[in-house]
Amino acid sequence: MEGEDQIPQTSLRRSWAIQRRIVTALILREMLTRYGRHNIGFLWLFVEPMVFTIGVTLVWTAFRNVHGSDLPIAAFAVTGYSSVLVWRNIPSRSIGAIEPNLSLMYHRNVKALDILVARILLEVLGVGVSFFVLSIFFSAIGWVSAPENPYLVLEGWLALAWFGMAMGMFLGAFSLRSELVDKFFHPFTYLMFPFSGAAWLAEAAPATMRPYLMYVPMIHGVEWVRDGFFGSHFTAMYSPMYLISWNMVLTFFGLVELRNAKRHIVPQ
Amino acid sequence: MIKLDNVSKYYKTRSGRAEILKNVNLTVEKGERVGILGRNGAGKSTLIRLLGGVEEPSKGRVLRDMYVSWPLAFSGAFQHSLTGFDNLRFICRIYEIDPEAALPRVEDFAELGKYMFEPIGTYSAGMRARLGFGISLVVDFDCYLIDEVVAVGDDRFRDRCHEELFVKRANRSIFLVSHNADYVRQHCQKAAVLKNGELISFDDVDEAYVYYHRYA
Repeated sequence: MEGEDQIPQTSLRRSWAIQRRIVTALILREMLTRYGRHNIGFLWLFVEPMVFTIGVTLVWTAFRNVHGSDLPIAAFAVTGYSSVLVWRNIPSRSIGAIEPNLSLMYHRNVKALDILVARILLEVLGVGVSFFVLSIFFSAIGWVSAPENPYLVLEGWLALAWFGMAMGMFLGAFSLRSELVDKFFHPFTYLMFPFSGAAWLAEAAPATMRPYLMYVPMIHGVEWVRDGFFGSHFTAMYSPMYLISWNMVLTFFGLVELRNAKRHIVPQ
Repeated sequence: MIKLDNVSKYYKTRSGRAEILKNVNLTVEKGERVGILGRNGAGKSTLIRLLGGVEEPSKGRVLRDMYVSWPLAFSGAFQHSLTGFDNLRFICRIYEIDPEAALPRVEDFAELGKYMFEPIGTYSAGMRARLGFGISLVVDFDCYLIDEVVAVGDDRFRDRCHEELFVKRANRSIFLVSHNADYVRQHCQKAAVLKNGELISFDDVDEAYVYYHRYA
């Protein structure tokens, strides 16, 4: 393990091994720091988003009659709210993730990218496992029927998770440059919620409004997941390519911004 | 070898650009012990960060083919809500070391007893320095960076640091920054004085000592 810097160059395979090791170490450290060894410990990582989703599902189920359709309301709520968690929790945990950990960069192999990636992976794991466990739990107690097309659910969810991760990467890096990111992200998520398609189906949107609403990338992810879950109950409207294009553009700008961020980094 | 080749470092401040290091040239060879003298704010810590690769220079190049430590006794990267052992484990994971094998060595040096398994937030400054130093001894570096290690700890701590660094690791490179000229004179073969961002090198430590006291 010598000379990670200019001379001699580290091989790609070796770099990958180092990166994996560092990210794993950071994830373990973060889990221990955030959840400690009290009561259920790191299980909170999954339980916290689950509590949210269960709460929302119960409330929406109670209002089932208001909707007045034959939609499986529990499945509608679980898919809707789990999707919100993906694009809300991952970026909000990524914003400001680097700054308190700057001193870790005294260990030369630890890079800003690793800190951000560790944080993002931990969040994806949390919301992902909670979605998975809840789907199984609600199926087991008969509130939702098993997904009609599990592969489609997985595809849609992964595309949406990519969106959340890319946004987390971009905003996490950008927040080093401007603290306004932190100030504006929370109002932004509140304002976006009604437009994100979590609480309604695209087919139910007024036809005049729909072409404009469909510019919101998150709608495509939710519709995609719901198509896999209960696609026979409604007409799903989404364009996988539209969401994936967003993901690629966001990922690109995320990496660029992270590169720029290097210049703003001064470890204490 | 570590080589700073015409390195400058600027920081942005509200009142324009602050030039911390100006065209600094410096080489630390394998096994060499180099001391840098400088007053508070002369740019010593910035220099250490550039050598360690924590920061990139604004201009110039840093060449490095030695395995360089983080600044010794540096405990800023510790997570205070975690125990000493958890922090040790984190460092071990990063540097590919078996934490169980490292534990006895760290315990022996740090002398924390049962506090090894208590959160670092409950430690005194001296305990934290002992742990930080103990952990840095676990990794086998070619070059050790030392930033004012003498400032913390009691006589016993200083003696044991001396034993570990200058006796047991006599064949390693050491790069030491300090405002304590006597300490540098005792421990280094080469010295330089950092003054207003410029590095003035001396082959003879005594010359550096005199210059530092007279002009810096």
